[in-house]
Amino acid sequence: MLVKHRANILKLVSALIVFTAWEIAGRVPVSFAFPTFFESLAAFWALLIDGTMFTAYAETLKPLVIGILISAFFGIGIGLFVGLSRSFDWLVSPIFIVMQTAPLAALIPLLVMAYGIGLTSKVFVVCIMAMPVIVLNTGGAVRNTPSNLIEMGEAFLGSRIQIIMKIILPSAFPIIFAGLRLGVSAGFIGAILSELKITPTGVGDIITYSRSIADYPSMYAAIASIIILAVLFLNVLERIENKLAQGSRKPSALD
Amino acid sequence: MTKSTDNAVTVRNVYKNYGKTEALRDLSLDFPRGQLTSLLGPSGCGKTTLLKIIAGLLPATSGEILVNGEAVKAPGPDRAFVFQDFALMPWASVMRNVAFGLELRGVVKSERESIAEKYIREVGLTGFENSYPHELSGGMRQRVGLARALSVDAQVLLMDEPFSAVDEQTRRKFQEDLLGLVKNENKTFIFVTHSIEEAVYVSDQIAILLPRPSRVMEIIRPSGFRDKEVDSIRRDPEYLDIVDRIWASLRSYVE
Repeated sequence: MLVKHRANILKLVSALIVFTAWEIAGRVPVSFAFPTFFESLAAFWALLIDGTMFTAYAETLKPLVIGILISAFFGIGIGLFVGLSRSFDWLVSPIFIVMQTAPLAALIPLLVMAYGIGLTSKVFVVCIMAMPVIVLNTGGAVRNTPSNLIEMGEAFLGSRIQIIMKIILPSAFPIIFAGLRLGVSAGFIGAILSELKITPTGVGDIITYSRSIADYPSMYAAIASIIILAVLFLNVLERIENKLAQGSRKPSALD
Repeated sequence: MTKSTDNAVTVRNVYKNYGKTEALRDLSLDFPRGQLTSLLGPSGCGKTTLLKIIAGLLPATSGEILVNGEAVKAPGPDRAFVFQDFALMPWASVMRNVAFGLELRGVVKSERESIAEKYIREVGLTGFENSYPHELSGGMRQRVGLARALSVDAQVLLMDEPFSAVDEQTRRKFQEDLLGLVKNENKTFIFVTHSIEEAVYVSDQIAILLPRPSRVMEIIRPSGFRDKEVDSIRRDPEYLDIVDRIWASLRSYVE
């Protein structure tokens, strides 16, 4: 319990240091376009009160949620085959490695030409950001299943499907979930990027619009809100993971 | 000595090559039913390879494995395996690990858990059903592995250096328990070890293998002390003689 409290206190201290630095930097000021922490907080509050923030997120979350669901489903599926088959790995992994390293902002005009400026293009951007890390993590985790466990499954007459479902996937689970978390953070970046680069909607619209009218506190409030939401989302994901993993990975005094 | 000529497992003219390396050359060996046979030899002599070929986990390059007179090429319900490194699923409780062989065979949950419960009791792990492997000591983990192999009720138990990863005291206790198991379970045990004392202590028959390529150098059948009390075996003159004799013939093969 003590350790847990200490962790929370340290997190709070860390946040305080960042906010203080922000406030000081805003007061100096480092740039006339850089608002103080309290100005941004006030703008955040205003956006929350008049409902702008909620309607904006209703818009932004659409491509984000669709993109992440697609990436998770196909990413884990493709990753499983990548991990199981060497030839499939060689066939498919390069595509995702290219996807991961490609300068996405430069590719967006191409996507817009192909799929227009609507939801499809935005979902694509989210998928391009989120899918590679999910595929590559899943593939690696599946490939690295301890061979003695697979041998055990064979010795006790498990079928190929049983070995995949009951041994390989549970064994890969923690790393698949880590990939999922990274994919979700990347997806957030993709969603915002698409709103800035394709058509300004949702939170991207708040950012673009506030910048154009030099309302910098609102702009930074919008950016901060994305970070907060992403952190909250990742926390939820972690909770789900702990729930699914049951008691098996709790550290123990005997270990 | 009262022994039948009935063999549970027969290995006939087995060769195993890894590329150009000959691991096993023309190896033939009989394993009498209801007895414990040790495969003993210096490291690299192919004893684990032979055990995995009998298990059906590795294919022989040529030759035949007969279990109850029938040729086998894959794992079957007539054989169960105890792994050197336990091969327990870290995400599964003791109960699920022990019942896993039955789970793979499609035995319904209530039935397989009542069978598992019985063997958990037999190996002395009552009270640990809901523990996870990382909460157990090495010796207890191997008891889980043993209970899993006993649960599927195979006639032949294949044990790959099962006690090599546990401490010396636990090892001695295991060896005593194993003698009881051989007496009461009416199963055929094939036991791989590199410990001369262990082989002589637990075996009805010891096959000494020589390395590169592997062949059977000698078969020894200790007879005088098999029915004595477990704690007087190590003082028996025949036990000491056999240990000395095996060491004398193996010492020249140890680099």
